[in-house]
Amino acid sequence: MSALEVVAVGLLATEQDRGRLGLLDQGVGVSGPADRASAALANRLVANAPDAALVEVLFGGLAVRAHGAALVAATGAYAPLLVTSAGGSARTAAMYELIALAHGDVLQLGAPSSGLRTYLAVRGGADVPPVLGSRSTDTLAGLGPAPLAVGALLPIGAAVDGEPSVDAVAPPWGGGTRAADAAPPAAVLEALLGPRDDWFTAEALSTLRTGVFAVSPASDRVGVRLEGPAPLERAIARELPSEPVATGSLQVPAGGHPIVFLADHPVTGGYPVIAVLTEASIDRAAQLAPGALVRFRLAR
Amino acid sequence: MSAAPRVLRAGERGVLLEFGSLAEAVAWRAALSEAAIPGVADAVSGARTVLLRFDPSLTSRAAVLDAVLALAPASDAAASGPAVTIPVVYDGPDLDATAALLGLSAAELVAAHTGRTWLCAFGGFAPGFGYLVSDGPSLEVPRLDSPRTRVPASAVGLAGEFSGVYPRASPGGWRLIGRTDAVLWDTARTPPALLAVGTAVRFEAVPS
Repeated sequence: MSALEVVAVGLLATEQDRGRLGLLDQGVGVSGPADRASAALANRLVANAPDAALVEVLFGGLAVRAHGAALVAATGAYAPLLVTSAGGSARTAAMYELIALAHGDVLQLGAPSSGLRTYLAVRGGADVPPVLGSRSTDTLAGLGPAPLAVGALLPIGAAVDGEPSVDAVAPPWGGGTRAADAAPPAAVLEALLGPRDDWFTAEALSTLRTGVFAVSPASDRVGVRLEGPAPLERAIARELPSEPVATGSLQVPAGGHPIVFLADHPVTGGYPVIAVLTEASIDRAAQLAPGALVRFRLAR
Repeated sequence: MSAAPRVLRAGERGVLLEFGSLAEAVAWRAALSEAAIPGVADAVSGARTVLLRFDPSLTSRAAVLDAVLALAPASDAAASGPAVTIPVVYDGPDLDATAALLGLSAAELVAAHTGRTWLCAFGGFAPGFGYLVSDGPSLEVPRLDSPRTRVPASAVGLAGEFSGVYPRASPGGWRLIGRTDAVLWDTARTPPALLAVGTAVRFEAVPS
């Protein structure tokens, strides 16, 4: 049976599929890829079924060895890709293109030059046992496959949908920002005000509209933590009864520094949500590396 | 029937409905689940709110709101199915102090906790955790001033207007009145959670 063997991991690599559906009433969120558009594109490049599981790689560092031939594609954060054959010859490969791996080839992802999360899809999908109907690792709920570890074997499944029809595609997002740049341009995230913008002062709304926010290193799959020029102050100080939160919610905890909720966010929360990102901006937010700068374009 | 909700926007695909009370939120949630509005992918309950997520390729915000406002929920919430019984040993570290806060003896608090039917109103704190509400004399108590760093799995507690059972060990600020050997969460079980939104619950005192 063909498989990908994990020979190196960086900070974190998890398996993700479309997520765990229908368990919200039992307190389980959807999970799934943080940047959904990039993940869908990787699956589409290798002509996988939309629910095939792929690997979400946080800031490169992953290397996999093909056991049997495998067709793969990488999307999302731009990582340098190197393929080394069993005989020791090396070649570079490109993001957003089909990559044919022969038995024994090792594909290595370097640190991305832009973006944060790279998606590696293999034709057929990663066929690990599902938990509650999904192969997604939910880091908050502690559900799904364990994060990839050296030595793990990812069996290649049969979750295909037709034959690959293109060899390469354009990236769905503009390339992100580089934390290493001396003066990187701020990424612009679009958000719709509400549901609780009326819980904040006019100054807080002005700060959100005009301020530049920095992505904190404490960000993870639960959320992108932002540090703004000033805390977002509340006009209504009373406690908010716990309420459901949507992916992309800009929740403002007690300290006044907002969190953009990503795939593993809690189902309900006790702090007000000042605005919710547009669907496209959620994917963009998932690619913001620590230190990246962000502005918001707000619509009512 | 209860008053129409306040309608708030939660992103491109979300409608947050806000109600005047927890009882109204529970009644509307039951009506919304039963109505199964076309194009609405899921409904999530909160303490005063219900979030509807719709698919813009199938419906529109206006169509969803029209369907919502055409509903006329019953004034009291109906639990789905028979009550789940949870056996409890009432020996929690906060039992006596919690009873005193309520002006009750420990035995009276146990009688009040076991003598009513609870309803799982919403979840979200952890997989399998349900915020349970009830009618009857109030058992409302504030959270602990200083939360415990570790509450053991299966601890039964009270906080605010809710009762609940910890599905797994975690930090927590609820007042602990007892413990159960019921398994609240088991991924090998279908469904994995013993309590889901809409489940009716009875607590039963058992000896330790």
